[in-house]
Parts: sequence; C-alpha cells; structure tokens
Amino acid sequence: MAIADIAVSPLPSHQPHGWRRWLFATNHKDIGSLYLWFSFSMFLTGGVLALCIRAELFHPGMRFFRPELFNQLTTLHGLIMVFGAIMPAFTGLANWMLPLMLGAPDMAFARMNNWSFWLLPPAMAMLLLSFFVPGGAAAGGWTLYAPLSVQMGMGMDLTIFAIHILGISSIMGSINIIVTIFNLRAPGMHMMKMPMFAWASLITAYLIIAVMPVLAGAVTMLLTDRHFGTHFFNAAGGGDPVLYQHVFWFFGHPEVYIMALPAFGIVSQVIPSFARKPLFGYTSMVYATSSIGVLSFMVWAHHMFVTGMPATAQLFFMYATMLIAVPTGVKVFNWVATMWEGSMSFETPMLFAIGFLLLFTIGGLSGVTLSVAAVDVQLHGSYYVVAHFHYVLVAGALFSLFAAIYYWFPKMTGKMYCEGLGKLHFWWSLLWFNVTFFPMHFLGLAGMPRRIPDYALQFTTFNQIASIGAFMFGLGQLIFLYNILHALRAGKPAEQQPWEGAQTLEWQIPTPAPYHSFTEAPELEVFENGVIVTMHGGKHG
Amino acid sequence: MPCLRMSRRIAVASFFFCPYVQGQSVALNLQAPVTALARMEYDLHSMLLLVTGSIFLLVFLVMLYAIVRHRKSAGHLARQFHENTTVEIIWTLVPLLILLLIAWPATRAVLAQKSSRGEDMTIRVTAYQWKWRYDYLEDHFGFMSHLAAPVPASGSPHGLPVNYLLDVDEPLVVPVGSKVRLLFTANDVIHSWWVPQLGVKQDAIPGYLRDAWFVVDVPGIYRGQCSELCGKDHGFMPIVVEARTPEDYARWRDARLKQAAASADDPARVWSLAALRERGEKVYGQNCVPCHQVSGKGIPGSFPALDGSPVVNGNKAAHINIVVYGSQRNPAMQAWGKQLSDTDIAAVISYERNAWGNHTGQIVQPAEIRAARHGAAS
Repeated sequence: MAIADIAVSPLPSHQPHGWRRWLFATNHKDIGSLYLWFSFSMFLTGGVLALCIRAELFHPGMRFFRPELFNQLTTLHGLIMVFGAIMPAFTGLANWMLPLMLGAPDMAFARMNNWSFWLLPPAMAMLLLSFFVPGGAAAGGWTLYAPLSVQMGMGMDLTIFAIHILGISSIMGSINIIVTIFNLRAPGMHMMKMPMFAWASLITAYLIIAVMPVLAGAVTMLLTDRHFGTHFFNAAGGGDPVLYQHVFWFFGHPEVYIMALPAFGIVSQVIPSFARKPLFGYTSMVYATSSIGVLSFMVWAHHMFVTGMPATAQLFFMYATMLIAVPTGVKVFNWVATMWEGSMSFETPMLFAIGFLLLFTIGGLSGVTLSVAAVDVQLHGSYYVVAHFHYVLVAGALFSLFAAIYYWFPKMTGKMYCEGLGKLHFWWSLLWFNVTFFPMHFLGLAGMPRRIPDYALQFTTFNQIASIGAFMFGLGQLIFLYNILHALRAGKPAEQQPWEGAQTLEWQIPTPAPYHSFTEAPELEVFENGVIVTMHGGKHG
Repeated sequence: MPCLRMSRRIAVASFFFCPYVQGQSVALNLQAPVTALARMEYDLHSMLLLVTGSIFLLVFLVMLYAIVRHRKSAGHLARQFHENTTVEIIWTLVPLLILLLIAWPATRAVLAQKSSRGEDMTIRVTAYQWKWRYDYLEDHFGFMSHLAAPVPASGSPHGLPVNYLLDVDEPLVVPVGSKVRLLFTANDVIHSWWVPQLGVKQDAIPGYLRDAWFVVDVPGIYRGQCSELCGKDHGFMPIVVEARTPEDYARWRDARLKQAAASADDPARVWSLAALRERGEKVYGQNCVPCHQVSGKGIPGSFPALDGSPVVNGNKAAHINIVVYGSQRNPAMQAWGKQLSDTDIAAVISYERNAWGNHTGQIVQPAEIRAARHGAAS
C-alpha cells in the first residue's frame, strides 16, 4: 500500500478563500458539501411544513390553518422534500464520494458542477417565496394534477419555473456523474468491479436524464394551458385531463427509483463494511439494479388505477408492477445473505442500514399490495398510500442518507462524530418513525382519504398518535444536527480507517481526504464492489 | 399536597392528549363489505396481507438470527463467501411463482370490477367543487348532495356531531339487490367517488364519462368521501349512499317524481325582490359561500369580496355574464350556467346586489338570464 508515500498538502494557495471559495467552487468536495448542507436545510424546512400538517390533524375540527393554506403546506412539503432534500443529498454524496471511490481527480465537468449546485438555491427560494404571493403557494398536491393546477394563482407559475430550474440542475449533475464514471475511473477499476454506489448513481443519473425533460414538458403544457390559451388538459378544447397524469407519472415513477437506487447503493457499501464480508451476489445486484431501472419506465399507470383505464391496461400495469418485486426481492435477499455468517458490529451507519433494510422491506411489501389493481381501488388516494411512500422515502432514502453521512463523515472531515449520540439518533428515529407512519396504514384501510385538512371522528386516535410521533421524530433530527456541529468543532480526530471492514478506495487515502485527491491516478487491483486488493502509485495535490 | 397536585396535572395532561380514545372503537382493517366487489377486495387484501406478512417475517427472522449469532462481539468470524448461483436462482424463481399465484385471483377481481353491463338502473354522478349531483337517468330526476352542516368556525373538537364531515343533505338512494351502474363525470376538476363498504372508487373527470357498478346486499347507510384532491374544500364533500328495500325505494322514488313535477319553476314568472332575495340567500349558501364567504368578504388574495364589489354594484349585464359563464381571468370562478337554473341564478344575483353593504335595489328576473344565455348563443 502506498499511502505513506503520499504527502498531504494544505489548501492550495491559489484557491479562493472566504465566500469566493463557495460561490466559485469547482472542487468536488466543496460542491458536495454545499449540496449536503443545502439539502439538510431543505429537509428541516420541509419537516417544519410536515409538522404544521400534523398539528392541524391532531384534532378533528379546523384549528390552525384554513383549508387552502393546508393544501399549500402538503404541496410544498412534498416538492421540497423530493426536489430540495432527497435528490440534492444524493447528488451531493455522489459528488463527494465518486471521485474518491473510483480514483478520479475530480468530477469531469468542474464548472458545470458549480452551476448545477448554484441553480438550486434560487429555485427553492422561488418555491418558498410563493407562499407570500397573492393566492399563496401551489395547492394542488406535489403531483400538480390538471385541471386543478390550472385554477391556481401566481404561486403555481413560480412552482413551474422552479421545477424547470431544478430539472436543469439535476440533469447537469447527472451528466457529470455519467461522464465521471465512464471516463475517470483509475486503471483497474473495471465497470463490473466498481462500487455498487457508483452503479446506483450511474443508473439513477440515466433515469434523471430520461425523465426530468418529461416533467418539464408536463409543467410547460400546464403553463401554456394557464396563460396562452392551449387546451392540452381541457376536454372542452379537445384535450384530456388524464393526459397530464400519464405524462406526470411517466416522470413520477422513475422518480421513485431516482430516490431509491442511490439508497440501495449506499446500503450495499455499508453492510459489507460492518459485516466484514464481501457483498453477496455483486453481479446479480448490478443486474437487479439495472432491471429495476428499466422496469420503472413501464409501470407508471399503476398510479392511475382509478382513473377508469380499460381492463387490459389495468392488467398490464398490474403485472409489470408486481414484476418489480422480483429484482427488489433479490436485492433484499442479497443484503441479508451478506449479513449471514458475517462478523457484524453495529456502529451507527450499520444501524441505519439495517433500519433501512427492515423498513424498506415493509414499504416494498405494501407496494406489492398496492400493485394489485383490485385492492388498489380501496387504497388509492388514502392514507395507506401515505404510509407506503413514507416507508420507502423516509425509512428508505432518508435512513440510507443518515447511514451514508455517519459512514463517510470521518473521511470527509477528519473528525469522529459521537457514537452514543449517533445510536440515540437511530433508535429515536426508528421508534418515532414507526409511531408516526405505521398507524397511517390503518387510517387508510379504515377509509381516510389523504390530503384532507379535517377528518371524521373515527380517525381521531391514530391521527393523534401519528401527530405525536411526527413531532418526536422531528425533534430527534436536532440530535443529528448537534452531533454533526459538535463533531466539526470539537470531534476527536478520525483515523484513516475508522471502520475495520471498509475496503473501498476512499479508505486507502489520508483522513481527512486531501483537498485535491488522486491528481495522479493509482494503479489498482480491484475485487467486486470496489474492494481494493492492491494499490500502487497515485498522488494527491 | 404536592403529590396530589402532580397527579391531577398528569390526569389533565393525559386528558388533553387523548380525549377521544375513550369509547372510540379503533378500526384496523378495511370496512365491512356489503357488496360482492367489496368482499372480493377484502378477501384479496387479507390474502396479500398473509403472503407479504409471512415474507416479511421470514426475512426478519433470518436477519435477527444473523444479528444475534453472527456478530463480532459474540466472537463470530466472517466466512468470505460472496455468491451461490443455485440460491440466487431459487430466490428469483420462488417470488416469481408467488406473484403468479397472486396474479390469478387479482386478474379475476379486476375483470369483475370492469363488468358493468346488464345493469338494472343507471345513475349519473357529476362532481362539482365541492358537492355531488346524482341524476337518475331512467326516471329523469336528480338532485345535488351537499355537506349537511357547515364546518364550525371555532375549531374546537368538542361537541362535534357523530357523523362529523360524513353527513349530507340529500343521500344517494338505491334499492338493494339491483345492479346499479354509475356514470361519472365532473364539472370543473378531477374528483373521486369513494364508498369503502361498496368497494367502489372511481375518478370523476371533467369532459369524460367513466363507469362503475355495485349491487348492495344489505339495507343501510354507507358513507364515503372524495378521494382526489379537488381544491379548497376537498375534505368537505362527503358521499352518503342509502340502500333501501325495493318497496321502500319505490315509495321514495314516487315521492321524488311528484316533488320534481311540483317544484318545477315557471320560467316566465315575475318575482318580487323579497321572494328572490329569500331564494337567492339559499342558493348563495349552497354554492357561493366556500369562496366568497357568508359575509360576502371573500378571502383576500384568493377569492374576491362581493360586498362593495364593482361588478356586483355596477352594470347588471356584466354581473349576469360572470355568474353564467364564469371568469376568464380567474378559473376558480365557474360557469354556474351549467349547473343552476335560470331562476336560481336570477335569485342569487338579486340577493348579491341587495345584501351586506350592497343596496342597488335592482331585481334580476329569470327571463333576463334566459335572454343572456340565448343572446350569447346566437
């Protein structure tokens, strides 16, 4: 191992300092940090909106918000969490970790990288400002279904423009990820040997490039229907309101996997590290992830089972959706097989990865229930769906992000977080997440529609439990914030290799990662999943 | 005694947290089905719960075993295996087989839901922001169905009625044992008609017709709600279906037919201002209040005030035009000409022009509305 040869140089002197370092950032690590901090602030913002929703739903009877404001809260909660919190967080992680894991000097297009980040704040500012324009923010749900969204005020136009900008940002981020993975891998880091996180990011990037333009098309048609006299979604003018749903969900379903595949990638790195054992079935993982990506384009209309599609279409989309359970099942079984006969230890990243595995499986299985069109007739548009996608997105995407941050934090910062607080954060989140979202299955089964500001008396008990759970869950995220801030200021110095079983390339370089890592590519011999067997050469700037 | 004070405080606090838990039965499953379709959905869901539950349990137990036994702290050493083709093929094929077994009954259920032919009666369901209209197509009568009582403004959860948000002024009445086919459409945006016990949920889409069907087995009252976000009062447009015995239904139907014949308005009648205002206030209450409010003040920023409005206090023709045809500028203002009679529109306009701080003293007669409709058509 050639680590000892590599001298760590301080921040290069030509590098801009102060605010210029961030505004003009071209370094993948700086941009990655910007992404991560930005997405965390959006996570807190979207979380506050969620708590407003849960406060209103604590009691039957209208209490804090008018119904139209309530609809704005649910809409913006969804949009902010999807486009502001989860997607940028994964892009940020890919920015930070891909060059380190693949042996690249930086991302392929450093200036485009800068722009793809700096488009985000103005877009999200526009979205948030829309609360204060006449008529308020968009109130049609995050899906912005026409013709309801044609009725809205100026807030909807701001939302449409914000979505355009967010789309451009994520497309540019994706181009960068694809080009980096294809062209900047160090010698020896073959495609079929690179880390699952790289594979997941690659497939996700393709999904983003394929579907963000579709969403842009949908909201552009909405815009012209609103202001320029077109009738794409107006039956009286020869259009079709359901067309919007087809176009939206052609984006929307792959979007679900855009938020899930990187999570699969993270978990595929974390579990082998803490099981001290190679990932089971690496090749089948790659194929499973790819086939999930392909299948995700063929199932969109399962979001539309009650629009009144013909029986043949119902059946096609039902079968295709059920089929996704097969590759997803393969992944779950592979992770469990990786843990099997391992030598596991349970530091915070592993705990979050196991939490992910357990709860994501519940979300996946309730997805199988929803895929059966005849049952979906009862569950569509109910709180069951709310429970289902929060199991996938909170316990899935968010828990995997926590796992990733705890896992790579020492390498990123050179500091150790407090393990005790990390574990507290995990157990607290696990408990209150389930208290919040498990009862929502019952609410949906009992007949409570989603997106209602007030409800009938028989739904009271579970709503109160969910509201209490939500506030406690929200509170618990401050433990995470404190842990991070405290570790940054006063954390113990981290070792180069804080995790005994972590064997991918990022752990072969000094801690914290040098500002310019791999200015000269190393010669690698790699086992599957990015595990480094030998490394020669390689220099850091 | 501090101890007593403390326990009293805890009691008060717990009362605050769960005042409704007592005496409230907590539903954990789908509502009791009363149609063949709903029973099929119920059984299918139970089967899925069993299958998915067992899969979860299996995965969880294997994982738990590994967590307990294969941990470093228990001195377990990792075995470095990383693939096994046989096992991988098995756990691809077995789930596929399970899915095939699910697909069979699932397909039969979908086909059953879609076989709406051979109906005994047809009812057209039209969704409006934020109410339902039911038209009995064979009998040529129909009516609107609104939320029965307005939502109390106080926001206090105490003293809410038993069927809070689930009561309507006019339920949909159907006979048991008859195959009822519903044709769905909407006037403005997409709504969704959901009555869990009937096993029916269908979107109502403006400009399109969709259908669904049910045969109710047991007389009773079955409640549901709109389940597609349709704007401000999405949570306040419940559905109530009253299933009666065929004899009961026949009596209700005869009464309805007589009532429809008796209440038809004479379009040529010339009304007094007082009579129009009285009727107009009712029409206003059923249709205009959600946006323009009882006070006529609207909701600033979203819905304009009518009290003191230049349209309401200005030229009659402009006022009639916006009510009949809707607003070009603000799509939330619907074309009420499509759902209200000439007399109702005349009444509500006359009311608005002489309510709150508006004192125009002007009357708008049904004939003027008819003229406005025909004028625009020619």
